[in-house]
Amino acid sequence: MEPLEAIQKQLEEKIPGLKLTPEGAGFLVDRKDLLTVARFLKENEPYKMDYVSNLCGVDYKEYLESVAYLYSMEKKEGPILLKVRVSREDPKVPSLTPLFRGAEYQEREAYDMFGIIYEGHPDLRRILMWEEFVHYPLRKDYKPEDQDLLEDEKQPPEAIQGGK
Amino acid sequence: MTIDEGLKSELQKQGIFLTSLQDLYNWGRRSSIWPMQFGLACCAIEMIATACARYDIARFGAELFRASPRQADLMIVAGTVTKKMTPQIVRLYNQMAEPKYVITMGACSISGGPFREGYNVLQGLDRYLPIDVHIPGCPPRPEALLEGIMKLQKKIDEQKLWQLEWYQKGIRREFPVPAFGPHGLVPRYNAEVFDPLKGNIGTVKPEKEPEFSHGTA
Repeated sequence: MEPLEAIQKQLEEKIPGLKLTPEGAGFLVDRKDLLTVARFLKENEPYKMDYVSNLCGVDYKEYLESVAYLYSMEKKEGPILLKVRVSREDPKVPSLTPLFRGAEYQEREAYDMFGIIYEGHPDLRRILMWEEFVHYPLRKDYKPEDQDLLEDEKQPPEAIQGGK
Repeated sequence: MTIDEGLKSELQKQGIFLTSLQDLYNWGRRSSIWPMQFGLACCAIEMIATACARYDIARFGAELFRASPRQADLMIVAGTVTKKMTPQIVRLYNQMAEPKYVITMGACSISGGPFREGYNVLQGLDRYLPIDVHIPGCPPRPEALLEGIMKLQKKIDEQKLWQLEWYQKGIRREFPVPAFGPHGLVPRYNAEVFDPLKGNIGTVKPEKEPEFSHGTA
């Protein structure tokens, strides 16, 4: 695989108005550019990144991040990471599912655990927790309920808050 | 009425087998405890090992793992009980025919184990069901499961016919199935079987023998 700097140069040349920040083994992408970049990497030589091996959410307290690992089955190369940072108040990220079907369940899981809303996802609902659950349990400010208290009114307020 | 143990063994030497209906009844039940085929996590692997030739649960008459709760006497809860799984477990327990027993196998089903502080794991199944034997371990070895079954057999041996729960009037056959709530399960525990300050308070049994005694033969 080409070095990251070369890929970045190539991408910024081909996609007008794109600004990438190298970060780890990939790039920090603005959410409005994510689909363009992913489609470019998927469809064009020499990348042919046709496979999402992992997609997950991260809570950095100040912001949430959605990370996608792209690999190329055709070239046997990868990964290139695409990271999108969003605020906790407006956690909307474009969905990669229309491009990579394999991202569907992983985006549902990131939505379930972190509350990141993937716009354009065909079926965005909770995958592990039940539908009635109101919290996002892997967010840093989530506090689990006290199972020794029978009634909700008796719960201290800090135990109830968290999540949404 | 109880039969004197000395007299019993003396008669036995003379070729007379004397027993009480209660002993016969308990012997029958203790010798064929059919467990439900029901594994939730890694403890189930140990349960499978217990059922196989090396440890051979068949020696205790408990080898017939049934795939239906209707045909099972014993529920071995082998593994982590998540909140999402709990309503199904309570429902399965309700579907089992009396007499029915529950063994919690491993730290997770007893108290939540290493996942206790998590958002998705129930802190012990005794919050919703009356448990007969707890087998600690992570996971317990097959020997421990066999010991637990022997403990259960001992418990069955000591049951009095007139005190058996399932012959009482107003017996609770349905344990309430918890529902999925906004923060967790609703209610968080069944106050009739569990008290968080005291642990499992168990089911209440009648203190004295009722008048219509049909206890012993």
